[in-house]
Amino acid sequence: MNTLTLGRDLLVGVLLVPAVVLLLAAAGERALHRIDHRVAQRLRPWGWLTPVLVAVVAVLVYPTVLTLVRSLRGADGTGFVGLDNYLWALTGDNLRSLLNNALWVVLLPLGVVLLGLVMAVLIDRVRYERTARSLLVLPTAISLTAAGISWRLLYSWSPEGRTQLGVLNAVLTKLGLSPVPWIARPPSDMQWLNTVALIGVGVWAGLGLSVLVLSAAVKAVPEELLEAARLDGAGEIRVFLNITLPFVWPSVLTVATTQFTAAVKTFDVVYVMTNGGAGTNVVANQLYTELFRYPSDLGHASAIAVLLLVVTLPVVWFNIRSIRREAL
Amino acid sequence: MKTLRPSRILLHVLVVVVCLWWFTPLAQLLITGVRTVPDAATSGWWTIVLHPLFTVDNFATAADLLKLERTLPSTLAMALPAVALTIVLSAFGAFALTHYRFRGRLFVHGLLVALLAVPPQVTFSPLLDLFSAIGVSGTLPALWIFQVSYTLPFGVYLVRGFMAGVPEELTEAARLDGASDVRIFLQIVTPLAGPVLASLGILQFMWSWNDLLAPLIFMGTSGSTSPITLELAGLVQSTSQNQTTSLAAGAILATLPPLVVIVVLQRYFVSGITAGAVK
Repeated sequence: MNTLTLGRDLLVGVLLVPAVVLLLAAAGERALHRIDHRVAQRLRPWGWLTPVLVAVVAVLVYPTVLTLVRSLRGADGTGFVGLDNYLWALTGDNLRSLLNNALWVVLLPLGVVLLGLVMAVLIDRVRYERTARSLLVLPTAISLTAAGISWRLLYSWSPEGRTQLGVLNAVLTKLGLSPVPWIARPPSDMQWLNTVALIGVGVWAGLGLSVLVLSAAVKAVPEELLEAARLDGAGEIRVFLNITLPFVWPSVLTVATTQFTAAVKTFDVVYVMTNGGAGTNVVANQLYTELFRYPSDLGHASAIAVLLLVVTLPVVWFNIRSIRREAL
Repeated sequence: MKTLRPSRILLHVLVVVVCLWWFTPLAQLLITGVRTVPDAATSGWWTIVLHPLFTVDNFATAADLLKLERTLPSTLAMALPAVALTIVLSAFGAFALTHYRFRGRLFVHGLLVALLAVPPQVTFSPLLDLFSAIGVSGTLPALWIFQVSYTLPFGVYLVRGFMAGVPEELTEAARLDGASDVRIFLQIVTPLAGPVLASLGILQFMWSWNDLLAPLIFMGTSGSTSPITLELAGLVQSTSQNQTTSLAAGAILATLPPLVVIVVLQRYFVSGITAGAVK
């Protein structure tokens, strides 16, 4: 592919497609003018929604249904094997990946929300708030691939007595402690800590958005309420727990659900930093392997994917419940 | 706010320590990217303070390894259309859901909210078949289709929150003046929703540019139009640990555009996100 065709693709994607969509909207509006006013009024919203619905149904809904079907079928997508693929997905090495995902799902939202809240409240009280917030937001712009490259170096480990190239182990050695193989503990050691170290990278990358959302929420807490509580003699921690926290709770839930979703589908950090080694494999990487090994196993890959979907169902349910409440 | 001195000191220490720690991985990339290969193999990057020796060779090596002259245009050709389409379609969807009261509105809204949490992995194997059936497999349009559709539930959700705040009197007045709905959308609602559309665009640009999984799945590890992040990840798998200098330089090159975008456009980004979030 040369630059010319790329240029063409770019033009088509940026200008032509959006232009066609807009023209179609205008043409649709014209057409609706010709027909009965009541019917037209009914059709109008669906006209606007058509491109959105076509996109999400073709790319999200329909493939999801097909994956459900395939999870009950054999490796080549035919026949019926009952729950065999699920039995496979819940045993052996796969169980390890599931447990690692469970760690991600608990620790990533917890880390991002707690640290996000603390930082949102703290930077609200310093004069260099903008600078502090910018520093925390910068990692948001960096790909997890690049983040993985940097953190691999940060966590790097050499045997005791050799020069440590990673900051963390250099500090430990200076303090007279033994260096820690942060993401390369052997199976004899507590290997789940390798996954915790990877989750640390996720927290680093996710904190920025969390601080943005939560610090906006913290600023929206009425100053009178805070002052009144302080006059009543409440300490800062009490003020935070009794007034600030209930106020910002909806934003906390937003951040938590975003990070929960990110944790379920986590892939990049693991792929780049350990490639699933040292007991850090996760479901998404397992799925990638099943899908692209030769011959691929569609049944296995689909069953794993469905397990990921099942994990997200509580969030789906929670989200839907909150819009129903909003609509009432 | 006059609190006790020790607690003020503790506050500053906490904020400064966390912020510095958050900046460390970036500083480390920048410094490692300009160190010489033997230096980086034998000493920590922070020793550059004692032993300042810089080189820009790593960037030339990295540009070569990342095939920058090819991956840079193709990454742009992946991300920019994804941004344009996401903005237009999210605005359409949000307009339909806020401007009209119709049967099925709650259902559509519910469907989109339910799709917010769907992990992309669930769609991969059928989508690979779909893309080859419509003849776009391994091409940039396949990535546009996936990235745009995957972001749409979030996009509509974000913009809807903002458009719901547009006063009805405004659109009603325009309608009484005989403006069509397309006109109302283009000349009243969209300009008002400008900030939130801008931040959606910035987010989608970063997501698309930095995306690894979708290109890996839909393009394979070495396509002729593979985006830069894919090449970078391939480089990680193929280079040894002691090649950290060119890897770091490559990581900087690959993330420079989104980094510049967020630094330059942070104001718009923040205002849109927080307006949507507090609502």
